Order: sequence, then C-alpha cells, then structure tokens
Amino acid sequence: MIIDEVADTLRLRALPQPDHASRFYWQCAAEGRLVIQRCMSCGQFQFYPRSLCASCAGETEWVNASGRGTLHTYTIIRQNRSEAFAPLSPYAVGIVELDEGVRMMSNIVDCDVEALHVDMALEVVILKAADDVGLPFWRPAAG
Amino acid sequence: MGSRDPVIVGIGWSDYPVAPELDAMEHHAMALRRALADSGLQKSDVDGYMCAGTGFGNSGDDAPNMAEYLRINHRWLDGTSVGGSTFEFYVQHAAAAIEAGMCDVVLVTYGSDMLSRMGRMLGTSTFVGASARVGGPSQFECSWGNVLAGAYAMAARRHMHEFGTTPEQLAEIAVGVREYAGLNPQAQYKDPMTVDDVLSSRMIADPLHKLDCCVISDGGGAFIMTTRERARDLAKPPVFVLGAAGAQTHWTISQMPDFTTTAAAQCGPEAFARAGVRPEDVDTIQCYDSFTITVLMLLEDMGFCKKGEGGPFVESGILRRGGRQPLNTDGGGLSACHPGMRGIFLINEAVRQLRGEGGEAQVPGAEVAVACGSGGWLSTIATVVLGKEGR
Repeated sequence: MIIDEVADTLRLRALPQPDHASRFYWQCAAEGRLVIQRCMSCGQFQFYPRSLCASCAGETEWVNASGRGTLHTYTIIRQNRSEAFAPLSPYAVGIVELDEGVRMMSNIVDCDVEALHVDMALEVVILKAADDVGLPFWRPAAG
Repeated sequence: MGSRDPVIVGIGWSDYPVAPELDAMEHHAMALRRALADSGLQKSDVDGYMCAGTGFGNSGDDAPNMAEYLRINHRWLDGTSVGGSTFEFYVQHAAAAIEAGMCDVVLVTYGSDMLSRMGRMLGTSTFVGASARVGGPSQFECSWGNVLAGAYAMAARRHMHEFGTTPEQLAEIAVGVREYAGLNPQAQYKDPMTVDDVLSSRMIADPLHKLDCCVISDGGGAFIMTTRERARDLAKPPVFVLGAAGAQTHWTISQMPDFTTTAAAQCGPEAFARAGVRPEDVDTIQCYDSFTITVLMLLEDMGFCKKGEGGPFVESGILRRGGRQPLNTDGGGLSACHPGMRGIFLINEAVRQLRGEGGEAQVPGAEVAVACGSGGWLSTIATVVLGKEGR
C-alpha cells in the first residue's frame, strides 16, 4: 500500500462520522495535525476521544501527539473484495502504539508488507479525506 | 446444596448447518420445541425467557420480538446481547434469577439464518460500504479495511511474538476438533485433516489460514434451566450449574488492553472458584473456537496452562479424542457449525456429554465440563462450569 495509491482510492473508504467528542480530533487531522486527549486530573493519555477520562472520569484536554510510535501488532489482509481495498491487497492493518502510550488502528504504508515486524518504529502521515476528516496512516520511521 | 440450585434440564438444536427453508425465528421455534420435548416440560411452564439473534439487525429488541412470536408469558426477561458468549452470560444471569426465586423455568433460545441469508463473505469483508459514514467507537476502525479474521489475526501475531507460538500449534487445535466433527453426522465438514492441510490452506489474514477460521452456517439452539427441586420429576437427570462468571476487556479490537490476554483471566478463575473445582478436574472443555487463536488464549486465561504455554499444551494431545480433556466434542465452530453466536452450542454439548449422550464422541466418565464463550473480538468472555452432580 503506497500512500499515493491510497490517496487515489480514499473516496471509496468508509469514513468516520465525527461526533461531539471526536469532532476536534478529526478536524485537526484534516489540517494535518495529530492530537490526543490527556486527563487534567490523572494525567492519563487516551485514545479514542471521549467526553470524560475513561480512567478516572476527569476532564480532558487536547495535546499534540508526537506522531511517532511502534507497531504493536498487525495482520496482512490477503482477501477483501471491496472496491476500496481489492486493488490495494495484500495490505497491512496494524495497531500502532504511540510514544504517548495510546493505541490506534491504521494501515501501515510505504513498505513491503512482508518486511513488517512487531515493535518496528513508525511515523504518522496524515491524508485529508474530507473537509472534516483526516486519516492518520503510519509508515516506517525515517532513519 | 439447596432446593433452588440452578440446573439445566432440556437441550435442543434446530436443523444445522444448512437450512435454507428456515428463517432465524423459525430456528428459535424449532430449537424450543426440541428442548421442551427433551425436558418433559410444557411451554406454559416457562416463566423466564432470554434470547438473542433474530437477524433483524437491531439486536436490542430480539427478546421482546421473540417473546411475542413464541408467546412466552414471562415474569423475568433478559435480552443481553454480547456476541458469541451471550449464552454463557445467560447461564450466569438465569442461575442468579432462579436462585433468587424471580422465576422457576427459564427458556433460552437462539437462531440464525446467516449462511442462507448472507453467504460466506462475512469473515473477509469490510463491515460497511464505500463512502459510508460510521459513528460510535467503530468510527476509529471503519476506514482501514480490517476484516473479522484480521482482528483475531492481530492477537495471534502478538501471541507469536511474545511467546513463540507457532502456526503448527494453532493448526493442531483445528485438526483435533475436525476429528470430533467426523463423529457428528450434522457437521459441516467431516473429512479428517492434518496440520499440513491447515498450513497449506489459503492465507486469509496473516497468520491465520482459512482452516484456522470457523465455518459459516445456519442453525439455532435452546436450553431450559430450572431448580434442582423442579427437576426431580422431569424427563432426564439434571445437569448442575456449578459456577458461572463473565467479564469484558474491550469491545472494538483496537481497545484490547493486552492482545495476548482475554477477560477469561478474570471470569475463568471466578467461575472455577464458585464451582469449587480446578481446571485439572475438568473432563471435557467446550471452548469458543471462532478461530484457533481464540481457543489457545481462552485455555491459557482460564488456567488450563500458564500464559504463553498454550502452544505446547495443545501439542501435547491432551485435547484430542482419547486425551485427558477432550475439546469441542461436537466438532466445534471450526468444523461443525457457526451460525454467528455459537455460545449456545457449547452449553448444549457440555450437557450432552455430562448426560452420557455423546454416542461415539462420548468422553468416558465425564462428570465436570466447562463451556467458555467469547464474544465480539475476544471482548466479552463468560465461563460456565457444569457438573453431573451438584455442589
């Protein structure tokens, strides 16, 4: 899955419907910025965005994420007949652990899927998918 | 030991694995009639009802819909719907309701026409169509082209990374279960297979092959619970609910806190403690086998072996026919049938074994059985310990 090919087929993907708690996250991503929540009481980072801290029920604030992480686990999808993904197969779906400790699902792009390995270093690359939504993809970290 | 100890007194299955003439509600109805006949109870005896699975899409109203269709006059109702483990949760809930005297005879039904209605694409297709907008927690997963098998594959990958678990060890689970499917005339796939057959089957989502994945079927089931006292004049000896417990770690897969550990690590020990038995006392294990990795992780988490030692444990042959703790003696979801939420089949098979009705698949001298269901994406787990004798 090469990021340029992904951009060409992005319109075929299902997209998130932003809600009250997630609107700012998706809007920032549409502007090329990755943000996550941090609890103002207990200091815990969390993803996905919620209207409370899921650890202590406290208030949260938005902070910029480093955009760096590791590949916690992944799979290579060999068979998906949908219009958006059939041309991209085989492709990698992974769980990325951000340096801040939270995890998110994404596609791992710009590398040979057979060369992926657990705990490899990744960096974010964000594509704008709609006026109100950007999608954070991840690729092997430079250097 | 008390007169209101919860017991299972009737079990039934609808036609499976393929029944194109039946819709989901008819699966419920057929299974209900067979479970009633098995128990010797009348429908009018039922005063508690639980069900899930109608195929209407909005599972929130399955229970009142089916209670109307079947015209159940209930004074206690539960429509908890947490995926494949729903029916193990039901045993826990019904046992509490019966012990508390809220009802005397609880009927549980399940039915699905998934294969005939949806075909075989479920496990390998994305959940929503192109350009759709998705709300709720799924909004964070909907864009990545993940498939059902992919969620379990990510758990398998992490397990392999941390503990050195091999594809061969996972395949062994499917091979052993297939041997039992060969003894079940209704099983969807009965031909013997080998570890090599599994490893040479098509890769669906690395590291899971086609034969690491459950089948897709039609089918339904029903069971009936009552008190030890009420069971005395019924058709067959009761099977005792010794302990039941449920727990949850996440719902969407990307929220799974530890990709190698399920909520069975909490509810397994709790169910065993309530039952007053240990994993080594179990004579047969009915374990949710949506994928081979599901079984491996549930066995570890329940305490049948240590965390990370599931691979060598399954390779030892202990789960095979003739082994000390045979697994999924009806052929499981991997080979016999998987209509979507298979947990009810685990309960029914455990009861069949404890009654000594297993035929060729009977585990000799089976006195204690465990059923462990997994719902969602290794998310909602419940463990039920059943016994031929009461506590």
